[in-house]
This record gives sequence, structure tokens and C-alpha cells, in this order.
Amino acid sequence: MTTFPWLTTLGVVPLVGSVVVALLPRGRGLLAKQVALFFAVLTLGLTVAMALQFQGDSSEPFQFVESHPWIPTFGISYSVGVDGIGLVLVALATTLVPIVILAGWNDVDEDGGRGTVKGYFALILVLETLMIGVFAATDVFLFYVFFEAMLIPVYFMIGRYGGVQRSYAAVKFLLYSLLGGLFMLASLIGLYVVSAQLTGTGTFDFLTLTGLEIDPGTQKLLFLGFFFAFAVKAPLWPFHTWLPDAAAEAKPGTAVLLIGVLDKVGTFGMIRYCLPIFPAASEFYAPVVIGMALIGIFYGAFVALSQSDMKRLFAYSSMSHFGFIALGIFVFTSQGQSGSVVYMVAHGLSTAALFLTAGFLMARHGGSSAIADYAGVNKPAPVLAGFFMIAALSSLALPGLISFIGEFLVLLGAFERYLWVGALATVGIVITAAYVLRLYQRTMTGPVKPELEGMHDLRGREITALVPIAALTIVLGIFPAPLLNVINPAVDRVMTSVGATDPTPTVGLGTTVEGTDK
Amino acid sequence: MTELMPAEGVFSLIWVLIALPLAGAAILLFGGRRTNSWGPYLGVLTVAASGVIGVLMLLGMMQNSPEQRTYGQTLFTWVFSGSFQADMAFQLDQLSIIFVLLITIVGTLIHVYSLGYMAHDDNRRKFFGELNLFVAAMLLLVLANNYLLLYVGWEGVGLASYLLISFWQHKPSAAAAGKKAFIINRVGDVGLSLAIMLMFVTFGSVGFQDVFGVADQASEGTLTAIGLLLLLAACGKSAQFPLQSWLLDAMEGPTPVSALIHAATMVTAGVYLIVRSNVIFTAAEWAAVAVIVVGLITMWMGAIIGSAKDDIKKSLAGSTMSQIGYMITAAGLGPIGYVFAIFHLLTHGVFKAGLFLGAGSVMHGMNDNVNMRRYGALRGVMVITAGTFIICYLAIIGIPPFDGFFSKDDIIHASFERSPIIGILAMLAAGLTGFYMTRMVAMTFFGKARWEDDAHPHESPKVMTIPLIILAIGATFLGMALVYWGNIESWLEPVTGVETVELALPSWVYELTTLVLVLIGAAIAWVSYARRDVPVEAPHGSWLTRAAREELYGNQVNDALVVQPTYYTSRLLVWFDNKGVDGFVNGSAAFVGGLSGRLRRYQTGFARSYALSMVGGAVLVVLALVLVRMS
Repeated sequence: MTTFPWLTTLGVVPLVGSVVVALLPRGRGLLAKQVALFFAVLTLGLTVAMALQFQGDSSEPFQFVESHPWIPTFGISYSVGVDGIGLVLVALATTLVPIVILAGWNDVDEDGGRGTVKGYFALILVLETLMIGVFAATDVFLFYVFFEAMLIPVYFMIGRYGGVQRSYAAVKFLLYSLLGGLFMLASLIGLYVVSAQLTGTGTFDFLTLTGLEIDPGTQKLLFLGFFFAFAVKAPLWPFHTWLPDAAAEAKPGTAVLLIGVLDKVGTFGMIRYCLPIFPAASEFYAPVVIGMALIGIFYGAFVALSQSDMKRLFAYSSMSHFGFIALGIFVFTSQGQSGSVVYMVAHGLSTAALFLTAGFLMARHGGSSAIADYAGVNKPAPVLAGFFMIAALSSLALPGLISFIGEFLVLLGAFERYLWVGALATVGIVITAAYVLRLYQRTMTGPVKPELEGMHDLRGREITALVPIAALTIVLGIFPAPLLNVINPAVDRVMTSVGATDPTPTVGLGTTVEGTDK
Repeated sequence: MTELMPAEGVFSLIWVLIALPLAGAAILLFGGRRTNSWGPYLGVLTVAASGVIGVLMLLGMMQNSPEQRTYGQTLFTWVFSGSFQADMAFQLDQLSIIFVLLITIVGTLIHVYSLGYMAHDDNRRKFFGELNLFVAAMLLLVLANNYLLLYVGWEGVGLASYLLISFWQHKPSAAAAGKKAFIINRVGDVGLSLAIMLMFVTFGSVGFQDVFGVADQASEGTLTAIGLLLLLAACGKSAQFPLQSWLLDAMEGPTPVSALIHAATMVTAGVYLIVRSNVIFTAAEWAAVAVIVVGLITMWMGAIIGSAKDDIKKSLAGSTMSQIGYMITAAGLGPIGYVFAIFHLLTHGVFKAGLFLGAGSVMHGMNDNVNMRRYGALRGVMVITAGTFIICYLAIIGIPPFDGFFSKDDIIHASFERSPIIGILAMLAAGLTGFYMTRMVAMTFFGKARWEDDAHPHESPKVMTIPLIILAIGATFLGMALVYWGNIESWLEPVTGVETVELALPSWVYELTTLVLVLIGAAIAWVSYARRDVPVEAPHGSWLTRAAREELYGNQVNDALVVQPTYYTSRLLVWFDNKGVDGFVNGSAAFVGGLSGRLRRYQTGFARSYALSMVGGAVLVVLALVLVRMS
């Protein structure tokens, strides 16, 4: 095991980048973008280098571990490390940031008057640091700090660089999140107190906390604080109403980072913190969460079906997808949880593809996101329509794409635990197909709107931004082993910590014999 | 459990069968305009090459004894989690090789034909890319060795059909038809998904070998459930009642697409699924009965619709529904029927491709007009098209010695072996086939010319007529070949099992009765549509005719029962989301709104707002403290 501080380096590089970008003189927008892109690509390169050293079969719960005391009085330390779940989410974040920078190259201009070009790109890099931190923290307090600090760049990215209603959306987002965070803070303090009672010295160390035998009654209380914060973040029904506004007002790139990565902190928090630290409470609340998830799957899909605005449609669709992810986590099966983590990655990719392609489209038509403003785009811009199709198929989880593997494993995991829950959720795939294809039909097919006749197809920069997403979506769908190899061991540990085992088949082969090639 | 032979020699190329057209699809679809000039030819070549490999594999298989004709090839472990595992692995056996040959050989002919048919289309390259995707997906479907991988091919076929049906996307009706096909197929997919899950929960595996090996240990209830779920899947893909309504709309696609969907791919997938899962259906009697019922209903629905449509493609589509109904019925009969379902699928694949491509050739010469009331007397101007069409027509109505006679007769026989009711229904439907197909031939090629003024009918170019000739030759000899020369029953026996039951009467009685019924149906149609003048405007017609023109109200039923309620729910929830859920957090929303300039209006008396702002403030203070501490 290497002793190189990979995760700290990974976090510091974009932070340095953001400082450099911020210090550039005003008016050097192009340079600011180039510098930002350089640091983002560097971070991605470091992530790849780190991921290659990750041991899939390691017996250690976390790898690339670093730990330094921070506030010893309260047992708080700067501790980072990743398991397979953290690793793939860090990789998702560092993959999407350079893509978002490239895609948003012309999204901000100096004359806009609200914020500077360099400001936007500096904020993206700050956000990247915080996203890496939040997935890498192994000290719960450190996690909380990153969790709350993330709000600040996003608040400015929406509030300063967003659309007409940006202020409203930004504050709504902030308030929801802060309220959630406040509950989590209360639980966090409670957790500290409990750990002090049980071990003599209070701690925020994740591994120590998972080993505690917390009284089930206390667990139920403390669980709620964490869960509420995560359910707002993810967001689950009925805590979702900030999302459509935020998505509609944000720049496409901001929306990608917000929904594609940041919201994953919610579902990540559930599987990383809620389950292992509060196993009894997780089991107790599972039926409620599953209920919320099921409602969310259908509610989001049904509402998406009648949306007249593309960005809001994507937001409700995401809400539906978050329902699937939460469902997979709380059915306590290996398939469900592995599926959820794969789904998080897949959803990050499909969200990026949808928002960015739609963003390119909107940029060609005065920024309008109204579906009715578009028709027949396939004719003047076939490449754009092609990417839109891939994004749509990824969103509806076409078998052969990575999103299918996530969705199928989630549904399978749910089905084997609660047959009717799984069966019901499966019906959701029809509505998903309906709203996704309806959107494609209305915007891309039919006679071309006269004002769209001369529309330019995608250019080199835009294609460069979309190709990696499409490639990952397809390649990982055919060969998901790189993901599953690291996710499965981490999920096994979660399953062990909550004391759950998969149901065994009713007849035949038993749990240890499987395979399809005998 | 069948012993798998290692994939050596030519059998190491199983994955190549799929990879070739898949690569073709990728190059043509992602390669863009650069590939415009040579793209279509590449598309033909990839499928033809797969066909050649398929033939070599068939020859290789015949060298082995019947028990040693199942080959397995595992590339890598695909999806795995906990005890779940599905491999990227293939299985080639007597059943899949039949499909491979049908898909690639008929597929190649359709590709070649398309070179002519789509010659003037700007997006020709894209068309061939999507055709290749279709073939690749279908090959994956029939070669997968487990249900999850089959699902990828299954949905890939759905995707390809979606893309091809809505190929002329500028037409709103085409775009709508493609979407409809995909969504209705998704309903079927729910069945397939759940069947796969139930198999895993029951057997701990989704591999064919594993599942079939222990299927008899499961309870009958479970097997019935799996069977019914698979049937739902088959109904979607094979356009069987109650998921049939996409098929007629699918005629919006270019005609070669219709040929591909109806003959070589897509609709045959449901039959494949049921026959492949024969172990389950044999053990689950009630599921098999459901299969028969669905097959019979669709057999009749399709025939009735086909009898009333004036659109040549839609009439043919009705006939496909009906013929697939025959196959599904046969598949529901159990070991007495599986083989004949596949036999009919094969003969149908050949003559139906001939009929669709023939219809395309007619349209090609008639300014793309599909209305048979505007055809008539075309046999003189399109000799090859008329000749090949009539041969395929004789095959579909089951006149000996053309291939449909053998396969349909076998199904009717098997039906009588099971029950006289099924037998009589299948036999009468054959009479109806005689009627609607004769009607089509009479209206198109005989009678008086009723052409529109600007129509200048002409024979199609060789690139289109040669595939027609080859298919007509196939329709003439394939049936005899598979009965007298290569016995399809004994070929498939290791996979499906074969069983025969003694019939009450000698078999020639059934054959003769069927033939008489067919001739009666044909005679009625001939008198009505060839001897009498066909009005250019369709007469009002009886209630049955009108219902049949409306496709027996399938769309109206779907609309009333599914589509409208879905949209009502959707709009209700949108309203609720705006008023209800968001309204619930009105306090914060009002407060938030206030910050963007409306604060003044709400400043008095919203306790919740103040509470929220305090909460927000508190958190910011904590944050600030933390940040200070950190520096």
C-alpha cells in the first residue's frame, strides 16, 4: 500500500486551481477557462492513477487512508479514505468536472454583469475539492463540514450565474439544504455524546462509530437527523420541491454537478452512514423509506410526463431515479445495494448527457428550455439529436447500457426481498420510457420549426465533451466489471454491518453455486 | 442437462456472428457522413458474412451426433453481485442455428433489396446502420445462453425497430408509431424482467442450462407465474393480443423494415422465447393453455383485420399477426407443437419476406401508394413481382407443394391432437387466410387497372427483383426440403422433445378438409375482387368490416384504459406538486420569494419564515466557526 497522500492531493489540486483562476486578472476569461480545464484534467489524471492502485479484494475497509488530529478535544480528525463506493463516486465527480468545464465554455460571458467568467470556473473547482472531500471523509464531522460547505459554491453558481428566477431558486435550495443540515448537526452532536457514553471518549471516527452498540431507541432518533438531511439532498419525495427550481434556473453545467454528483451525497450518505452506524434504526425505518422511494419513482415519472420544460422534466426524472437508488439501498440485499451504487454512477452520466445536450440545444435557440419551442431538430442537427437519443436511452435504462445494470440489480434486489415491491417498481420502466421518448419525439422529430432551419449542428468542443459520457455509458454497460469489482466488496461490508443476508433460492442451486456457463 | 461442446473451430466464431453486424452498425451510425458512399455495401457485407459463418456452423453441427450439437462460448463475466451472475456467454444449438440462418440469409436478401429500395434516400447510410443493429440484436437474442443477456438482444430489437419504424422522422405519424412500438414492447419487457427475477429467486440462476436443469423442482404455481410472465413478454415482441396494436402502425417504416420485422426478426422473438423455455411451459400446464388462448385469439384477430384493410402493408401486417398466432398456438401445445411452431416460423420467414418485399416493389412502381383499391391488373407490368408474389401467396395459404402447406398442416394436425376445438379454429382460420390473401392478390394483380392518373407502374430494378426470385424459390422448395430431405422434427428433438398422438381420422382427411376450406375462401375472394369491379372508394361495409378496419378497436381500448388515465394521473400530480407539496412549504417559499424582492409583502407574521431564517443563520454561524477554526 502506497503512503502517498492520494486523496489530499486530489482535493488540493482543484483548490489550487481555483485560487489561480481567481487571481487571474479580470477580463482574461479565456485564460481562466484554460487554466480551470488544465487543473480539472490534472485531477482526473490523478484519479485514474489512484484508481489503478486500488485493491479490489483488499481486506481493509478503506484505502489511501490518511489521518491527522484536527480538534482533538472533540475527537475530530482530518481522516480520509475510500472504499469502492467512495472511489467510484470520486471518479464520477472528477470525470464530470472537466466535461462540464468544456461544455460550459461559452455559458458565461464577461458582459453578463452578474458574475465574472473566472468566478464561475473558480467556483466549479472549489466545488470539485468539496465533492472529493465529502466522498473521501472517514470522520463524520469532517463529512459534515464538506457536506455543508458544498452549499456555498452551488449557491453562488445558481444565484449569480443562473436564469431569471435564479435568486428564488438559489435561496430555496439553500434553505432546504440548511434545514436538513441542521437536523444532521443535531444528530451528529447526539452521536458524539453517545459515543462518549459508550467508549469513554467521544469520537467522530466512522469505523469506531460503526462498531458501537447504540441502543435501538437512540438509534431511531439519531437516524432521523441524518436521513432527513440525505433525503433532502437526494432528494426523495416529498422533500424534492427545491430541485425543479434549482435545475431550471441553473446553468446546464451547474445542474450536472448538482444533480449528477452533489445529490448523490444524499444516497451515498444513506448507504455509508445511516446503515452501518444505525443498523437497527435502518431496519426499523426501511418500510417507510421504501414507501417514499416507491412513491418517488412513480410520482417523479408521472409528473415528468406532463412537463412542458425540459430542465424541469429532467429534474422530476431524476427524482424518480433517486427513488430507485434509495429503494435498492433499503431492501438490504447485495444486488439492491450494488445496483444502487452502479445506478448512482449511471445516473450521473445520463444526467450529464441529458443536461449538456439539452444545454447545447438551448444555447442555439435563445436559451429557451420550453419543449414546445423545439421540433424536428433531427433534420438540421442530426449529431445533436443522436447524442440526445443516447442520453434518452441511457435515462430509460436500455439493456446494454450501464444504467440498465444499475436498474436491473436494484429491481432484482427489491424483488427478492419484497416480491410485490420489486414487481411494482418494475412497472415504472414503462412510464420512464414514455416520458423520455415523448420528449425526444416532440423536440427532435416531426417537421422542423422554421426558426430552427438553419441551426448549426454540434461543434468539435461540444462533441468532445459528450463523447466520453456516451463512451462510458456504452462500454461500462457491456463490461461493468471495473465498477462491480470495487463496489461489491464495499457492499458486502455494508451488508455485514447491518447483519443482512441475501435470501436463498427456493429450489435447486443454492447460494454458492451459480454461473451460467456450466 | 445437455452437455455443452467446447466452441472450437468454426464454433469459436459464435461471438463473431453478432460482432460483425454490430460493428457494421457502429461504423455506419457513429461514422457519420464520411461513410455515406460505401456504408450501405458494408452493411450488406457484414450480414452476408455472418450468414456464411452460420452455414459453415450448420455443416459443422451436422458432423456431430444429435446429442453433441450444443456449443457453449463464454467471453467474460458480465453482471455479478452477491450470488447473482450473468455471463457474456453464448449457446448455439439446433434451435438457435435455425434462427441464425433465417436472420442472416433472409436479412441479407432484405439488405440487398434495400440497396435499390432506398437508393434515393438521403439517409441511406443511417438506414443500413440501423438494419445492421436490428440483425445484431436479434442474433444476440437467439444466441445468449442466459435470460439476462437475451434481454439485451430483446430490447436491442426493440430499439432497432423504434429507430426504423420512425426512420422518416419528419413525418409525425412515423415518429409516433416508433414510440408506440417501443412503449408497448416495454410493457412486455416488464414481463420478461419479472420472469428473470422470479427465476433467480427460485433457481438461483438465470442461465438456460441451470434453470432448465432444475425447473421440475419448482412448484407448479411458480412455474405457471414464470410462464405467464414470459408469455406477456412474447405478446409484446410478437404483437399478440393484448399487445398487438403497435404492429399495424409499424407500417410507417420503410417497407424493407416491415419485411425484416415480420419475417426474420422481432415478431419471431416471442415464439423463440416460448420454445426456448419449453421446459417451463411443459411443466406449467395452465401457462401453456394461456399461450394457446392468446395464439388463437390473435390468429383470428389478425385474419379479420387482414380481410378488411385496403392498405396492402396493413393487410399483410394483419396476416403476420395471424400467422404468428399459429406459431404461438403451436408453441402452447407442448412437445406435439414446438417443432411445428419453429417449422412454420421458418417457412413464414421466407414467404412473408417475399410478400413484403413484393409489396414494396409494387409501391415502388406506384408512387408509394399503398391503397389496393388504386392497384389492379399489375401482373402485366410487373411480371417478376407478380410471379414471385403469387408463389409466396400460394405458400401462405397452404397449397401443396409450397412450403406453407407443410408447416401449417402440421400445426393443424397438432391442434387436433390436443383438442378438436383448437383444431377446428385453426382450420377455419386457414380458410380465412385463403380469403384475405386472394383478395390481396386479386386487387393488386388482377381485375381492372384503377391507377391514379400520375401512376406509371413499372418493374423494379434487378437489385430488388433478384431477392424476390430467391425468396420465391425458397417458398417453393423449403417445405419439401425440411420434410423429405432434412427432417426438422428429428433435428429439433434434442432441444424441444417431440411427441405424437394418434388422431381419430386418417391424416389425409384433415389435409383435404383444410385445403377445401382454403379454396372456398379463395373462391369467395376471387369472385368478389377479381371478377367484380372493385370500387375506388371503400364501401360502407358491415359492422364487422368497419370494426376490422378500425383494427377491432385495439387502439381505442388502449387509449381508454391506459393512455388517458395515465395522462389524467400525470396532470393531477403536476397540479398537486405545485399546489400541494410545494404549498406545504409555503412559508419557506414565501420567505424565499421575499428575498428576490417580494419580501416586503410578507414581512408581517410568518412565524415559519422567521424560524427558518433563524435556522439558516444558526447554521451559517456554526459554519463560520468551523471555518475559522480550520484556518
